[in-house]
Amino acid sequence: MAPLLQVEDLVVEFPGARGSFRAADRVSFAVEEGQTLGLVGESGCGKSVTALSLLRLVPEPGRIASGRIRFRGSDLMALTERKMCSVRGREIGFVFQEPAAALNPVLTVGTQIAEGLVVHRLMKKKEALAEAARLLELVRIPDAARRVHEYPHQLSGGMLQRVMIACALACKPSLVIADEPTTALDVTIQAEILALLKRLRDELGLSLLLISHNLGVIAGMADRVAVMYAGRIVEEATARRLFRDPAHPYTRGLLRSMPRPGSSAVPGPRARRLPAIEGAVPDLARLPAGCAFHPRCPDAMPECREVVPSLLPRAADGGHQVACFLHHDTAGRPRSRPAAEQAS
Amino acid sequence: MSVPAAAVPGREAAPLLEVRDLVKRYPVRRGLFARVSSWVRAVDGVSLEVRPGETLALVGESGSGKTTLGRCILRLVEPDAGSIRFDGADFLALPPKPLRRARRNIQVVFQDPYGSLNPRMTIGAIVREPLDIHGIGRRGAEREGMVDALLQRVGLDPSMKRRYPHAFSGGQRQRIGVARAIALRPKLIVADEPVSALDVSIQAQVINLLIDLQDEYRCAYLFIAHDLALVERFADRVAVMYQGRIVEMAGTADLFARPRHPYTQALLQAIPVPDPERVGRTAPVSEAAPPSPSEPPSGCRFQPRCPIAVEACRRDDPALREVAPGHWAACHLADGGTLAAPTPV
Repeated sequence: MAPLLQVEDLVVEFPGARGSFRAADRVSFAVEEGQTLGLVGESGCGKSVTALSLLRLVPEPGRIASGRIRFRGSDLMALTERKMCSVRGREIGFVFQEPAAALNPVLTVGTQIAEGLVVHRLMKKKEALAEAARLLELVRIPDAARRVHEYPHQLSGGMLQRVMIACALACKPSLVIADEPTTALDVTIQAEILALLKRLRDELGLSLLLISHNLGVIAGMADRVAVMYAGRIVEEATARRLFRDPAHPYTRGLLRSMPRPGSSAVPGPRARRLPAIEGAVPDLARLPAGCAFHPRCPDAMPECREVVPSLLPRAADGGHQVACFLHHDTAGRPRSRPAAEQAS
Repeated sequence: MSVPAAAVPGREAAPLLEVRDLVKRYPVRRGLFARVSSWVRAVDGVSLEVRPGETLALVGESGSGKTTLGRCILRLVEPDAGSIRFDGADFLALPPKPLRRARRNIQVVFQDPYGSLNPRMTIGAIVREPLDIHGIGRRGAEREGMVDALLQRVGLDPSMKRRYPHAFSGGQRQRIGVARAIALRPKLIVADEPVSALDVSIQAQVINLLIDLQDEYRCAYLFIAHDLALVERFADRVAVMYQGRIVEMAGTADLFARPRHPYTQALLQAIPVPDPERVGRTAPVSEAAPPSPSEPPSGCRFQPRCPIAVEACRRDDPALREVAPGHWAACHLADGGTLAAPTPV
């Protein structure tokens, strides 16, 4: 069966002072029906631009330069703007990072949820408001019948994110894109919102594209994970596989540098330093030649400085793709044993 | 409230910083004439100590009062009650001139590397400013040499010192902030969420820099953070704040292995772990929204969200007390360390 969403060789370009640069460069991934794909990366890696391009909402002056986006069998790139409008909100729901910024401060939350229902599902206003109250109950907002009439400033950050989720679910979409849905929230509230998303996903059979910089959030939610660095996907695998046996040095470094409780039994005085990835994320307009990660990579080889590695299946597991010359040579042939192990 | 003493066994040095019963209230104004309708106790009777050369992590969620407490200690905000002793002197009673001298020894690194550096000053001037103010070194070549050494020490190329903050990344800006903070060789640095705005791969670099500088200069840190997992590796002790109070304070290993307060346990359980094999954990605290800080609930402030609250919790506000040697908790049920089988995460 064809996946619900299939993205192939997506290129998003922005004009820059020194010629255009690619915020997303030949990005390919798929979201299967009822599955969750986690898209993980640090700021500026292109994960949000990728998400926006799925809705054809790349901010000016950026543009989708090439690539294919197929959703439920139709080519989103070929749709008229009018048809695209009926996909946004209706078939693909969107949850943003900052609910306080995404919601209109002068409209009640009920009105904002009802808006989509009136536009897409042709409901009468009154009917739509009743449905909005039901949706607020669905996202576990206590006292929903009263909250429908409240304004965003009257609700806490966690409650607002529940409202955003209610908005996204209003028209019963088959795919929900959640871009850093819990990043602005406290850790205890984050746990509640993630539990809610998970419950709704399972109950409603949703497919989810979850974007986050937090590997912990991704691990708890995703079936598959794609790791982005400097506009490219550098590794893609099932969540189990990726967290148990990460292949790309960037993924390994990220996992190591992520603080986690209990990582040090009894901290001795010299065991305090954290594992870090040296260097900084490169400027997309001035990417280094070859693999964009090579200046920070502890395992960089001569070819890494010259040739851009393609995302290719690993020898050990074809479902696990990685863009790294430790795992295949410049001609794309898998290495029998990873080059790093051979060296050591 | 009693004051924790000697929370780290075997380290009985006189405290560098001693905060007692500190209170900071803010008015809540309502209505046409902005009359004061109530008060928020942002910091509500906090006592803590920082010893020379140690790192005390102050952890709490938004609105817990951790930043206000940090600002009171820096006297960027004047507290309403309580006392602060720093380096043997009554810090709150210091008149302007001695206060300025004392401030040489207490510096700050702010959270936002974009908002905390003056965009119209070169980074050389930013790092040199504290040296100018306190008259350290001779103006000119000697002071410039100090600036170069400081920039080098935090991992920046001194040749960049004529550039402005906008030319630097978030991680580099935070290094500039650190260079400025260590310029006067302070005894205490209050670091208010110094890495929260940074990417994961850069966070560890800045933390490692702070650790190395501490080893070199023996300065103490009051490290304010919202992320409990972040501080485990390098903090000596951890104080957890909730709604203006310290609810638990202990040596770091002890706190992570045996958290006594249900809020600390909830914080630990809520940390998303990068391991898909360990999913399916439910939300650690009840879905009740945290109460408004201007209208604290009766009894314990955590009681409306607490999974194990009993009648006494709704009636009596628990004081911070020593439940095990060096381990302080403000919970009626924290005795004996058997509180609802704490699950070390």
